[in-house]
Amino acid sequence: MSSIATERQQAAAPPAAAEHPPRRRLSRKHREWIAAGLFLLPDGLGLSVFVILPMFFSIVLSFFQVSGFGSYEWIGLGNYERMFNDPYFWSSMWVTAKYVVIMVPVLFVVSLGLGILMKQKLPGMAVYRTALFMPYMLSLVVAGLLWKFMFDEQTGVANKIVGAFGISPQSWLGDPSLALYSVILVTVWYMMGYYMIIFLAGLNEIPKEYYEAAKIDGASPWTSFRKITWPLLRPTSFFVLIMTTVAAITGTFDLVYSLTAGGPANGTAVAMFYIYQQAFVFGEYGYASALGTFLVLIMVVLSWVIFKLTKGGRFDDGE
Amino acid sequence: MESDTVTTGMTPRTRFGKRGGLTIVGIVLSLVSLFPILWAISSSFKTRATVTDGKLLPNDFTWENFRYVFTEVPFGRWLLNSFIMAAVITVAALFFHSMAAYALARLKFPGRDSIFAVIFSTLLITAPVVLIPLFIIVRQLGMLDSYAGLIIPLIFNAFGIFLLRQFYLGIPKELEEAAIVDGCGYWRVYWNIILPLSRPILSALAVFFFLANWNQFAWPLVSTSSTDLTVTQVGISSFTTQYGANWNYILAAAVIAVIPMLTLFLIFQRQMVESIKTSGLK
Repeated sequence: MSSIATERQQAAAPPAAAEHPPRRRLSRKHREWIAAGLFLLPDGLGLSVFVILPMFFSIVLSFFQVSGFGSYEWIGLGNYERMFNDPYFWSSMWVTAKYVVIMVPVLFVVSLGLGILMKQKLPGMAVYRTALFMPYMLSLVVAGLLWKFMFDEQTGVANKIVGAFGISPQSWLGDPSLALYSVILVTVWYMMGYYMIIFLAGLNEIPKEYYEAAKIDGASPWTSFRKITWPLLRPTSFFVLIMTTVAAITGTFDLVYSLTAGGPANGTAVAMFYIYQQAFVFGEYGYASALGTFLVLIMVVLSWVIFKLTKGGRFDDGE
Repeated sequence: MESDTVTTGMTPRTRFGKRGGLTIVGIVLSLVSLFPILWAISSSFKTRATVTDGKLLPNDFTWENFRYVFTEVPFGRWLLNSFIMAAVITVAALFFHSMAAYALARLKFPGRDSIFAVIFSTLLITAPVVLIPLFIIVRQLGMLDSYAGLIIPLIFNAFGIFLLRQFYLGIPKELEEAAIVDGCGYWRVYWNIILPLSRPILSALAVFFFLANWNQFAWPLVSTSSTDLTVTQVGISSFTTQYGANWNYILAAAVIAVIPMLTLFLIFQRQMVESIKTSGLK
């Protein structure tokens, strides 16, 4: 109500308004709405057609038995029933859960640590930053190849390196209890530089004065981390947690494909890999869509939990 | 920064110890990080017989692997396809995402928060999850096995919008409010004020987008089938399957795929560091 009143006052008040033809006098509010619509149009349209529509289409597909291409048969909840009775799917979910629960915290701590390290004024810092970011330049396909070469049980350099520390040769990718950790090692190596940069950007946002004031008050580095860095870094932490969790659930396909192909004994067959196999190896498009839909549901719940835990990355409740 | 010693009461010696310790940590971590890449580069110059000899440098240095890879498979075409794909996606995405982010961060309109919530929630719908329906939709649009089908679906993702919106929320409102009072349209505010201010984050995003799309694997794998459209990652992967244990050839192929990225990054890196510095100074 009051906003309409002020709009009217504004429209009536300035004599300069007479210079403009009356039909162009859309209220400022409405011009803002139209501008917003136009600014949002390209991405809105693209996201609708290539992201949101496929998502809903995936849900629709999950109720069909799709044979080859073109023939769809409605089977209701058949695919979901099958999912709940599919031990291979649950084993892949278990592998995914282990992968997320170990990889996400390790990656978070490592990249935050690197971000803090890079914030120090040390000689050669720019070189270290470049070096640490370098793995992210590779594709996961290439990263998988390089590590497969190094992890080779007989000829790989990994066993030569651990051998120098007196550790007996390991079957890095051949031992079902070890292979997932090898995949996690490669993931952290690959991703840490990227999230280091994100954390560094967040750390640079925090005003220096806070640390100086804390130092004058005699606060230890640990106290200033807990009282200044940690709370003020919340938006960044929120972002990193969401991104790494989503990446851990869905982004592992390329790496698993080229590093272990899901083996040994399905020990690294994460859910995404299993879904890909169902769709593009066995042609089970409907069933794979049901699995994908279920996975998205889990990610929505997880993200909601993270959102609540970090208070949406805001500093406080107010805007 | 140099006044640590005074306020915390540390002696110069412990300060040096701390700095020296951190420097060593930095060097060690850098070496660990770089080792697999350097190891692959070094090994790609070894022969078939010595590629797994475990020596740091090749005894019998050879270019043969690279010559072999380029003559056996159309590597130049793969690289060109990857470049076209990554470049087009990057430019289009930065343009569209900054527009959307500006509207979401700065303009007031009904439903803004719901629209942002919807866009934000699409972050969870990552490409692999919708691979199957996307494949069928793109086929329905008649874009399968074409540059359009390869490129257009990959332009749109919420990641850039989200990051840019967070950035725009931090820009002081006074700048654009003054401009709007002066009679500037929203497009001019976006083009003349918001875009120049976001140059640091746009350049950083450009690097990430270009990389991410140069490194695309799953979508090109399922959406293209003709050899003219094969991108580098798919090419390398099929090459690996074909050449099994010939690590000398596989590593040479991997190194060729990686060299343009590393070069580009080393050029871009200076720009990124500069932009980070200037944004830190203001």
